[in-house]
Parts: sequence; structure tokens; C-alpha cells
Amino acid sequence: MLVVIIKLLFIILVIMAAFLPIITWVERKQSAVMQDRIGANRADIFGIRILGLFHPIADVLKLFTKEDFVPDGANRVLHLLAPVIAMVPAIMAMAVIPYGGVYRFGDFELNLVVADIDWGMLYIFAVGSLATYGAVIAGWASNNNWSLLGAMRASSQMISYEVTMGLAVVGIFMVFGTLRLPEMAIFQDQTFRLLGFVELLGLVETLPIWLDWIRLPMWGIFLQPLGFILFLTCIMAENKRPPFDAPEGESEIVSGYHLEYSGMRFGLFYTSEFLEIPVIGMIVATLFLGGWAIPFFSQETIIGFFGFFGQGVATAICMALHVGTFLLKVIFMIWLQIAIRWTLPRFRYDQVMDLCWKMILPLSIANILATGAAVLFIRGLQ
Amino acid sequence: MSLLFFYIFAAIAIAGALGMVLNTRNTVAAALSLVLTMVALGGVYVLFEAYLIGVLQILVYAGAIVVLFLFVVMLLNLRGPDFSPRRQRVTKIAAAVIGVLALLQFLQLIHGAFGAPAAIPEGFGGYRQVGTALFTDYVLAFEATSLLLLAAMVGAVILAKRKID
Repeated sequence: MLVVIIKLLFIILVIMAAFLPIITWVERKQSAVMQDRIGANRADIFGIRILGLFHPIADVLKLFTKEDFVPDGANRVLHLLAPVIAMVPAIMAMAVIPYGGVYRFGDFELNLVVADIDWGMLYIFAVGSLATYGAVIAGWASNNNWSLLGAMRASSQMISYEVTMGLAVVGIFMVFGTLRLPEMAIFQDQTFRLLGFVELLGLVETLPIWLDWIRLPMWGIFLQPLGFILFLTCIMAENKRPPFDAPEGESEIVSGYHLEYSGMRFGLFYTSEFLEIPVIGMIVATLFLGGWAIPFFSQETIIGFFGFFGQGVATAICMALHVGTFLLKVIFMIWLQIAIRWTLPRFRYDQVMDLCWKMILPLSIANILATGAAVLFIRGLQ
Repeated sequence: MSLLFFYIFAAIAIAGALGMVLNTRNTVAAALSLVLTMVALGGVYVLFEAYLIGVLQILVYAGAIVVLFLFVVMLLNLRGPDFSPRRQRVTKIAAAVIGVLALLQFLQLIHGAFGAPAAIPEGFGGYRQVGTALFTDYVLAFEATSLLLLAAMVGAVILAKRKID
């Protein structure tokens, strides 16, 4: 019980207390760099500015001291509840994501995931499907036509992309043969020979031994490149940030579902979008980028390498390296998402829907067919 | 521990169901109460080790179907029951008949429920077992259902689209 609480606190503190405030700063600075500006650098404490890192604090202070306004004719209870509902799914999804492998210290086994459940990926989908309610309730309870339009757009966009998101990762499930996220990460802690298929097909009896050295880590992105692109697109559309910001659509429906929110309640919507960025990073890193796995150095190799410190210390070093690698991958995914957000122009609403139903859906079904055939074929040869 | 969680989920489910039935003035709030019931039922299923059903309950019912309910309710913008007295009478009679039937079924369930519980086989209710059963023993029914759904989907598209180009 105590171990579970410590694991829970670790992941929540890292994401909520360390990543979340800095991401708002990263978003500003990264967009500034991309647009050849200086970016936020004005907030200071006694003249100390450190690259504008105080801006998140200034933001939150400002949002907390603003008036908390409920419009006339709004449904008061639901209007106040909606921002909180928007926050919940992202926090809940963190429970099943492994941020480290399984480590053995004598009799004690440490599995660095809060809830190691067999249906982890289904749990993420189930929790993610509830994310629609925050936007829908907010838009309806505000008693504003722009908000209602935003809520309609949010619900149709999120339901559509949920379908394709599920189909896009079926290929990954087939390749890994599991829905359990820690098992997926362990699977990706191996390598495969890039030219091994030549031998498998029987084209050559045995390849020259030096070709064995040309290897790739068994990551989802190498086994399912199309699945990676489709899944990333879908999960970014679920986040409702540009280029998929039709529910907010500042240029057409003012601000969409959170138009009537002020102060920290608006801040909560903003925070939930920013919180989803690292959570998306964690999901994508676990499914496609090998989770905590360090490429080409499996867990046994690392523990063996540091073996001269003794078994316990070597395992602890390996654990620290794995957690660090996982966080590095998450940081890379955060960078990638912000770069995409500031690169692509926003889609029109009908384009968002066309992309989902006319391009991603057929492609993901084709991906499932091809993957299924390939998995059957390779199993038949082995 | 799991009994405590069962009571919590059951209480939420019943509260949500009551909120849905009794909340006749605000249709959106009624639909949201239904969501509460669905999520709590999902929790109950998980406590009974029917993991797949529990997740699907939340994913399909709470996450998709009730959202569509909400979609329709918001678009129609219903404000209170505006049925004529005659239709109200019909509704009341229908509700009474269905209620009596449901009560009878419930009594029958209770009557048969106190035997020894059957032993649960290993891995029962997981996605592997359900998937294997669906694609081996029940593959015909499964494919027939999928065809039926496909036909319904095509029909809905044709009905909704005024002009097929």
C-alpha cells in the first residue's frame, strides 16, 4: 500500500508540479524561437528574471485574483463543475503508465507502475472517452450560442477521433500481443536484426555474421511506422489544441466552449490542455518509443555493466537510468507536440472531419489488415 | 476493501439512476446522471472481475452513446415535458406495465440468486477469453451482427443525406 502511494506521488508530482508549470513557459519560449522573437521575459522578482521562468507564477496569480463570473441564465452547478471534469481524465490516465521496469532488490520486487493491470490500454481509452464531458458540459451550461457550437464541435470531433485512435493502435496490440503497458515496454527492451527477414524468407541460408550487428530496437515506431503517425494525429486531435482547435476556433466561434469562463476556471481548461501534453507524451512514448527502454542496452546488460558496485546498487543505477530515459522521451514528445502546434495552420472544421473519416480510418483499417497478415506469415515461418 | 468499493459504486449508480428518472425538468442534467450510473456500473463490473465488460461499459455507454444523447438533447433544446395529457396517460400506463414486468423479473432473480455461486474459471472475463470465444464458438453470430450493424449504418447515411451524388 505504502509503495503504491509513493509511486503515485512520484508520477503525479513529476508531471503536475515539475512538467506542468514549465510547459506553459516552454510553449511561449519555443514559439518565440520559432518565430524569431524573444518571448516572455518581463516577469521578475526583485529584478531577477531567469529567462522569464517566473511567468507561470505570474499567470496563476493573475488568474486566481480575477473575478469568477457565472453568466445570467447559466446552469450554475454544471458551469462550476465543468472545468474540474475536464481535468480528471488526464490525471486518471497516468495510473497505468509504466515509468520504469520491474526491479528486484533481494526479496523485494519493485514494479514502477501505479496499477499494473492486464487491460491497461483499454483503461486509457475508457478514461479518455470521458474527456468529452468537460467541453460538452461547459458549452451547454454557459447559456451562450458560441459556447454551445463549441461543445457540439468538441463532442463530434472527440468521438470521431476516439474511434480512429482505437483502430490505429490495434496493429501495435497484434505485434506486442498484449494490452498491458508494462509488458509492452519490456517487449521493446530488445533489438531485432534489420536484415533478419531475408533469412526468414529463405532467400539466403545464413547471412554473414557482421550483418547481425545492423540492428534496430524493437520499438513500436519501427514495427508500426504508419500506426505511429495515425495514432499521434488522433491523440493530438483529442487534445483540441491547434491545428485541431475547431472546438475553440477563436476566429469563428470566439473561444468556443470556454468562452464564458473567467479567472482560474478558464485556467483549469487551459491547464487540462497543457496537462494532456505530457500525458500524451507518456502514452506515445510507452507504445511507440520503447517506454523506459534504453536502445541497444537491455536491462541485464546495464545491471551487468554496473555489476562491480554489487547487485543492489547496479539495479538502483539501472532503475534511475530507465526513469531518466522515460522522462527524456516524454520531454521529446512535448517538444514535438509544441513544434507541430506552432508549425501547421489550423484545419477548418470540415477538414478535421474529412481527415478523420476519409483518410485516417481507411488507412488504419488497411494497417490492421497488413499487420495481421504479416504477423500470421512470420509466425508461420518460425 | 472490495466490498466497501462495491457499496460506494452501487450507491453512486442508484443515485445516478434516481437523478435521471426524477429529473424531468432538465433533460441535460438527467443525461449526465445517466453517465454517473454508467461509470459506477463499470466500476461494479471491474470489482466482479469482468474487466472487459467494465471497460466497455464506460468506453461505449458513458463515453460515446450518452454523448450522442446529449448531442441530440442539446440540438433539440428540450425544455420540460411538453406532452399532451392524452399522451401522458399512455406513457403512464406503459411505464406501469414495464415497471411491473421489471419487478417480476427482479423477484425471480432474487429467488434464484441464493444458490452456491459457480466457480469462476481462470482469466474469465478478460479480453483474451472474450475475443477467443467471439472468433471461434460464436463467429457466425458475430459476423451476422457486424453485417446487421453495417447495413444499419449505410441506411442511416442514406436517410440522412438528402441527395446522393
